[in-house]
Amino acid sequence: MKVRIGGPERAPRADEAPYDQDAVAEVLARWRDTPGNLLPILHDIQARLGHIPPASVRQVAKALGRSRAEVHGVITFYHDFRQAPAGRHVLKVCQAESCQAMGSRALTAHLERALGCALGETTADGSVTLEPIYCLGLCAASPALMLDGALHARVTPAAADALLAAAREGA
Amino acid sequence: MSVTVFVPRDSFAMALGADRVAQAIAVEAAARGLAVRVVRNGSRGMAWLEPFVEVQTPAGRTGYGPVSVRDVESLFAAGFLQGGAHPLAHGAVDAMPWLARQERLTYARVGVTDPLSLDDYLAHDGFRGLRRALGMAPGAVVEEVVASGLRGRGGAAFPTGIKWRTVAGAEAPRKYIACNADEGDSGTYSDRMIMEGDPYVLIEGMAIAGYAVGATYGYIYTRSEYPLAIATLEEAIRRARAAGWLGADIQGSGVSFDLEVRMGAGAYICGEETAMLESLEGKRGQIRPKPPLPALKGLFGMPTVVNNVISLATVPIILDRGGAFYAEFGMGRSRGTLPIQLAGNLRTPGLVEKAFGVTLRELVEDWGGGTASGRPVRAVQVGGPLGAYFDASLLDLPLDYEAFAKEQGIVGHGGIVVFDDTVDMAEQARYAMEFCAIESCGKCTPCRIGSTRGRELIERIIRGEDVAASHAQLLALCDVMEHASLCALGGMAPLPVLSALRFFPGDFGLAGDREVAHVG
Repeated sequence: MKVRIGGPERAPRADEAPYDQDAVAEVLARWRDTPGNLLPILHDIQARLGHIPPASVRQVAKALGRSRAEVHGVITFYHDFRQAPAGRHVLKVCQAESCQAMGSRALTAHLERALGCALGETTADGSVTLEPIYCLGLCAASPALMLDGALHARVTPAAADALLAAAREGA
Repeated sequence: MSVTVFVPRDSFAMALGADRVAQAIAVEAAARGLAVRVVRNGSRGMAWLEPFVEVQTPAGRTGYGPVSVRDVESLFAAGFLQGGAHPLAHGAVDAMPWLARQERLTYARVGVTDPLSLDDYLAHDGFRGLRRALGMAPGAVVEEVVASGLRGRGGAAFPTGIKWRTVAGAEAPRKYIACNADEGDSGTYSDRMIMEGDPYVLIEGMAIAGYAVGATYGYIYTRSEYPLAIATLEEAIRRARAAGWLGADIQGSGVSFDLEVRMGAGAYICGEETAMLESLEGKRGQIRPKPPLPALKGLFGMPTVVNNVISLATVPIILDRGGAFYAEFGMGRSRGTLPIQLAGNLRTPGLVEKAFGVTLRELVEDWGGGTASGRPVRAVQVGGPLGAYFDASLLDLPLDYEAFAKEQGIVGHGGIVVFDDTVDMAEQARYAMEFCAIESCGKCTPCRIGSTRGRELIERIIRGEDVAASHAQLLALCDVMEHASLCALGGMAPLPVLSALRFFPGDFGLAGDREVAHVG
């Protein structure tokens, strides 16, 4: 007789949660013959599913003939990869030197107050994830930020408020 | 006859509303029944004027900026299509002193042409370097680059031609060209401006490198923070391949070279060459100990040329005009030009391509126009987050690798970030250690642990706890990091810290003895 440790009613762990296995299989097929394909695969999974489901690590590792630990290690090494869904909008505010010289610390503090969450967190209503980013290459037009993949430069607190308001109105 | 209007598609312009301006110009022209052809060019580098709109007039190109959507109607009313006067007018673009006083070799086409137009590229001397190279022996191509004196523009300043010699001399079934486009240093954007503004020059440079060393495949490893650069490069590669400038038999020469773009995932360390190779292989971006050199055992274990974007994008003009032509520019052992990126608190910042030897003062005051805030310049950080902070006493330093090294500074990738007198240099030093801790790959202890301990020590000094002891410990820690780290991240993170202590001891609550923190 099999004995289940932890009892039958324990909550499913994140690495067992269901996810779109067909989408991941498509991604794996697309990059099958590309040397050094793990980063393109992870970017592709995240682009399709919004994050990299921990449960998909097994499928990816198996397809690449690598250990789950190795794949997990790559996912957690890079800032871009997320293992849980982000808010509906992702706001990345540059924290690097050029933007610091043009008021990014005050801009960041303003956004944390306005959104009611700190860098690295998501608003209570799930609408915005606020993240640090280290240089968008817009350093002659600082401070800069990226909202849902779109670049904005010379951003004042008021301009940031307007961008967020427009984004939240849309969805 | 239609009038050609240029609205940049560079990230600077795009982040400041260029798409909306381009659309507004098209709409207004249609409403007025005027024939206008809008070309999306790269940026001239005058970021403070972006979006910088240019009009092709019979007398040449004339510029207006910064243009917002609400200016478009008044520009038409002022007859800007004929170069009419307007408060935003800057006259003939080529005569603008900010541009005219530069020496644009690598950036000759950026802002001038449509970045994706192969016709434009060919009409502006494009592929002349590759054509000439293909008519030479591969070894002669390498020697032309050696003769130019070109040194790696990513920051390490290693002679490009010498690196190529090593790869050319290596026997292997395959070799690679790996372009380091992981431009992570704050205050830098020159790689991005090439990729967005003249992608074919990078493709051409990589094809020349491939021919010279016997490599048939290349990778451009760039940042996820650069979405427009990635899109531009991918389209340019498709077009170059379709036109026979990439692929199995380049222009009937029998020479084969192809390449692809790879996107990083937000890790500063992947700008270090061995971490970049690991990342390209699909691994964590952790440092590889050297030796073996990547030139002998690089990507997938094969001999690999790892060069920065600017190094590779400078190769076509060296092959076109000759190594001696390029070497005529510059000073000392710093030959040629450097694209200097002005950033931070400046009134008129942007990209300045100048021969080595130009002083920090000329760049900060003449090009940069002083601070945007109107307050005095207090600190200048050159060379990215691992570069030294200088105070105003060093503004007459010429841009030259050796002159900077003498002052315990680096030229690096050519970024200059300016701070006014409101900056707290102890906080900047604390941030330098914090950044190193966030971005450390974890491979070696001095960097992984030292950066966190360094941040803590600086925080203690700032709080006034055990200041003398903490200061002494910090200096000892910096010494360990500098000498025992595996790569430049841990090895150079002490630079901004020690220079801040040297020039701005008062910000740490320390007495003003400059020599205390002097390195070495």
